[in-house]
Amino acid sequence: MELISGNEAIARGAWEAGATIGVAYPGTPSTETMENFAKMAGVYAEWCPNEKVAVEVGLGASAAGRRVLSTMKHVGVNVAADPLFTAAYTGVGGGFVVLAADDPGMHSSQNEQDSRYYAMAAHIPMLDPADSAEALAFTKEAFALSEGFDIPVFIRSTVRVSHTKCPVELGERSEVARVPYEKNQPKWVMMPLYAKPRRLDLDARIERLRAYAETCPFNRVERKGEKVGVICAGATYQHVVEALPEASILKIGMSWPLPAQTIADFAESVDALYVVEEASTYLSDQVKALGVKLSEPKSPLPCAGELTPQSIACAFGAQAAPHAATPENLPPRPPALCPGCPHRLVFRELARMKAIVTGDIGCYTLGALAPLSAVDTCVDMGASISMAHGFELGLEGEDHRPVVAVIGDSTFAHSGITSLLNTVYNCGTGTVCILDNRTTAMTGHQGNPVNGITLQNRPSRELDLPALVRALGVEDVRTVDPMDMKAVRAALKQATGNDALSVIVFESPCVLLSKERKAPFEVKSDCRACGTCSLIGCPAISCDPETRVASIDASLCVGCSQCSQACPYGCIVSTGGSHVE
Amino acid sequence: MSNNATTVLLCGVGGQGALLAADILARCAMACGQDVKLSEIHGMAQRGGAVTTVVRLGQSVSSMVADHGCADFLVSFETTEALRNIAFLREGGVAIVSDESIKPLPVLTGKLSMPKAPRKQLAACGAQVIPAELLAKQAGSVKAVNVVLLGALSTYLPYPEEVWLETIEARVPAKFKDVNIAAFRSARAWAQEHAAKEE
Repeated sequence: MELISGNEAIARGAWEAGATIGVAYPGTPSTETMENFAKMAGVYAEWCPNEKVAVEVGLGASAAGRRVLSTMKHVGVNVAADPLFTAAYTGVGGGFVVLAADDPGMHSSQNEQDSRYYAMAAHIPMLDPADSAEALAFTKEAFALSEGFDIPVFIRSTVRVSHTKCPVELGERSEVARVPYEKNQPKWVMMPLYAKPRRLDLDARIERLRAYAETCPFNRVERKGEKVGVICAGATYQHVVEALPEASILKIGMSWPLPAQTIADFAESVDALYVVEEASTYLSDQVKALGVKLSEPKSPLPCAGELTPQSIACAFGAQAAPHAATPENLPPRPPALCPGCPHRLVFRELARMKAIVTGDIGCYTLGALAPLSAVDTCVDMGASISMAHGFELGLEGEDHRPVVAVIGDSTFAHSGITSLLNTVYNCGTGTVCILDNRTTAMTGHQGNPVNGITLQNRPSRELDLPALVRALGVEDVRTVDPMDMKAVRAALKQATGNDALSVIVFESPCVLLSKERKAPFEVKSDCRACGTCSLIGCPAISCDPETRVASIDASLCVGCSQCSQACPYGCIVSTGGSHVE
Repeated sequence: MSNNATTVLLCGVGGQGALLAADILARCAMACGQDVKLSEIHGMAQRGGAVTTVVRLGQSVSSMVADHGCADFLVSFETTEALRNIAFLREGGVAIVSDESIKPLPVLTGKLSMPKAPRKQLAACGAQVIPAELLAKQAGSVKAVNVVLLGALSTYLPYPEEVWLETIEARVPAKFKDVNIAAFRSARAWAQEHAAKEE
């Protein structure tokens, strides 16, 4: 038995099923799946600029006859939705399995969407494992289903499946021969001529899938009493087992299409039937649509966030376990930009100049938090640039603060390029800051098209960002060192003072990419207690609550000098030398 | 609700080593024939934010999360985080807390203040406040704080010492093996002495 996470299990399941190609864009909680798959013998795996591209590459490789795994977080499915909806029509060549990793509770995401709605809307069957062992088994079977029913198959996980480790029995890899590719326009050319009959063919495949769902071993009844029956799926099943030990359970392992007859039979077999699910009402809505009557728990289950055994038990009338009260007035501990982070001074300057800052998805979203508090919006990948254009349109003719979009290198490659092209094309204005820290930092330092590091370390090339931006048609482009406060201030002043569209590429590597540390800085005894240094929000600097005198924690300081540059009185100085941690 | 599984909630600040501690605990339990589930949170919280990891151990473990009043053990790398998570501890549960306090950003910038007398508050909840950093330093590296906390926890769990040591040896880098084993042993001794004094 090996102790592995759900993500590792999905990668292993794909490998055991003979998958040879993996395509993904990183995103919590899905990231480690492709990282693990890439390390396995006999596979090719790549990071793509975004999930849409990944699914299209995957579909091409599937058409060519290979078994393919594509992985993404839930909001990545939005990006990939376009090819996915039509891939249900085309079907596959080699088996094509797509991981949609949901984040109920929003531990590391901007929304709580439920990917099971995508399965239903796109007509793509979905398997919904509840732990690592199931994640491996379901993924393996998903490839057979994909080929058997000529359709892509979703694996859905949630953070509690993806990031929970448990013991799993590993199997052997089956080598699967490539399905030979033959030109087949009615299957692969989805123009109306062929799409219309293919739509009918899809319906026929779905009918077969509905019949299969009734016998699918992943939908199973665990019979206990006859009084209470619960329908549940995924990690929630694990909570229900503990919360309601007397209840019979219909555990749904295939969450679309649902086994209508199995559900009706289960409903007949119990006095009261409940659906227990978290963060959405997908399952209960579907069960009700089958004409099955559901009972309501004594008090409603929480509709947002994750469920736990106790939240379920309490909804069914149990008393919460007694416990000590959480002390009041504990200071919160939000995440923060690291000491030495190259994003920090850009946000400090943007806050100082009171710009309207449209933010984006990555570590630099943390520029929204105090004391920087610089960011006005954060919605989705690439939205910084398009929303800035919208702000400029909306504020046109009015005296307004500068509008500045802030986007990371990987996010720019993901969805920012088309946004910037739109602003250029429509003669938009404003300033775009590309924070190029040479990596996809938040998800754990993956390679991307900007730094040119590939998933399996095949040689590639770096992207020349300023040249690309110029080629798109931006004339005011400058590259600036974000570790130099004066340069940051001057560049932002000039760029926002320009009536035309301007782009600043702030290039400096993520501080976590190198172990090298300079000597820490220290605050001299003549500190004027002005508090300016604390405004940059570095975890290594603290202000005495009484005297306001600053001090630096030498164990956290990396010697980046940002605070020294921020100090108006020259009171912060280096202790000299350098060291490697 | 516990289905006889033992629940250990580890908490601290991103980057303190709670994940490795949880991994060693889970593997030690597995080596002793138990089922385990280890649930961790990745992503944004890791940038210096508050983190929690849950390990559940037993004959058969279903849920992977901890509820208020349901954790048998609270193992904290930091005093404020111990207080933040104290509600998870069940009545009669054991809290093992490193005596280190780390100021979060709102405190560093002077907006908010740290809790008053955290060690006293924790002691009032029956927590064992352990000089984990000191013991780790004495063993050879402050980075061994996670193994120090495991050493203290190990005195409450039924796994033989040699299984702990074998698991630690297998999971820490070879050059830190001796440091970690010394840290584990000294924490065990500290906890046993502490328990003797209590009685």
